[in-house]
Amino acid sequence: MGELTRAWPAETLARVPFWVYQDEANYQAELRRIFEGPTWSYLCLESDVAGPGDFRTTFVGEMPVIVVRGQDGAVHAFENRCGHRGALIALDDAGRVKSAFQCVYHAWSYDLRGNLIGIAFEKGSNGRGGMPAEFCKADHGPRKLRTTTLYGLVFGTLAPDTPPIEAYLGTEILGRLRRVMRKRVTVLGRFTQALPNNWKLYIENVKDTYHASLLHAFFGTFRITRLTQGGGVLVSPDGAHHASYTIGVPEDAKSAAYREQGIRSELDGFRLADARLLDSVDEFDDGIQLQILTVFPNLVIQQVQNSLAVRQVLPKGVGAMDLHWTYIGFADDTAEMRQRRLRQANLVGPAGYVSMEDGCVGGFVQRGAAAASEEVSVVNMGGEGTDSMDTRATEASVRGFWKAYRRYMGC
Amino acid sequence: MLERVVTLNADYARAIDDDRLEDWPGFFTEKCLYKITSADNHRRGLEVGLIYADSNGMLRDRVAALREANVYERQTYRHLIGLPAIVGTEGEVTRAETPFLVVRIMRDGTMDLFATGRYLDALVDDGGTLRLRERVVVCDSGRFDTLLAIPL
Repeated sequence: MGELTRAWPAETLARVPFWVYQDEANYQAELRRIFEGPTWSYLCLESDVAGPGDFRTTFVGEMPVIVVRGQDGAVHAFENRCGHRGALIALDDAGRVKSAFQCVYHAWSYDLRGNLIGIAFEKGSNGRGGMPAEFCKADHGPRKLRTTTLYGLVFGTLAPDTPPIEAYLGTEILGRLRRVMRKRVTVLGRFTQALPNNWKLYIENVKDTYHASLLHAFFGTFRITRLTQGGGVLVSPDGAHHASYTIGVPEDAKSAAYREQGIRSELDGFRLADARLLDSVDEFDDGIQLQILTVFPNLVIQQVQNSLAVRQVLPKGVGAMDLHWTYIGFADDTAEMRQRRLRQANLVGPAGYVSMEDGCVGGFVQRGAAAASEEVSVVNMGGEGTDSMDTRATEASVRGFWKAYRRYMGC
Repeated sequence: MLERVVTLNADYARAIDDDRLEDWPGFFTEKCLYKITSADNHRRGLEVGLIYADSNGMLRDRVAALREANVYERQTYRHLIGLPAIVGTEGEVTRAETPFLVVRIMRDGTMDLFATGRYLDALVDDGGTLRLRERVVVCDSGRFDTLLAIPL
């Protein structure tokens, strides 16, 4: 792969050129260097592949992947691409196979580790045709990923030198992840949201603690989170991962800070007819109402009150992406807690009171900056650094993303 | 009964498509369930909804949030609601299943086939007016473009 020629503003993480959301060659380089590089991509929940032969299909970047539980109990992952003509091997989102996958095209078959084990008519028919005697099946399988599991999540990587997941995340982020993913999960449902923007605009949005109470008026109106509340952002030392959180200390209802800014999110007189929506319990016993955590490059773990979800970012070309939502609860949830999670699911997702805007703002940037490839985006709140801060009026975790991104991209 | 269900659906579609969202909760009884899900979730018995309202108050809150708090680009829907099939009667409750199609029209004129699916309804006579005690909106696809603001 050739060197990327487009220039970055030197010496600062506080400026991001708009071509990075638009350039096709750069996008192809991202797929190779980040998604297929030395990173851990989230693949699925461990419970999605609970028993031997249970599989799910997903993507690493744009590479289709099969994740399957082997007969040995280990989780394997390999490219969903037949070694013969390149067709998809598995055609469904999920399922169960006995001991092998078979490509529908010419019936080449693969074991649960992705090894090519069978070729139809390998010896030909009636002594004619067939594969050459020297053809070696071991040389013609799909690419295999290394997998690792952590707190019920399955990650995969193509690179031999990706560090162990614990070291990859760092102790602080690891602790924040364990805080939420600490029990056996149960899936409440799944949706896909097709977003009209480059994948990085969504990741930046999730990491951007500054926008939450400004764009999402529902938050401010119901005092779910506000910049003036307690909270902060943790950024991993390499910048790649983050966890932001809000501590639910109800503030003075007549807070002057927002009024002085003349901010739209301060709407008086808006009260819920059915306040059960916000009837939440402190299930993690730490007063944290909201925690948003990202694992570079494609995972978001969300706790908004008692609404828990796993969001997987899937790039779909330079200007589009899919966001896969998996709403979860815990296997030991009471009926009351389950009902609470269903009600609070209204807060998030493609129709979420506090997240529907995230579905469109990325597109606003994609369209707004359409003719500005040589201009730059300003990411300067809280300075130029990427250190953890005990305020959310900062863009430290967004700059952290660019610090990690530029390291992986070599730019 | 078929004619009453057809009339309810016609009025329901006009209220949403004419941007009279404040009238929308009036099609439901006070105690009710409105949920938007996908065929896949529905088939697997996965309960979560894109929108999940188990009271009329939650429907009114949804409208208030769309009017007062949420940000989304100006858009309208055009509902085409098919003929209901009356699939059962249990005491005072009539169960109906009705296919629908929703075209979304964005402010720049872009028209998309936004959602297709079926309404799984439980209907009751509520003081002389037929109302929805339950409407589960089962979308054929579980993939939604950009966001879902206006109810289906």
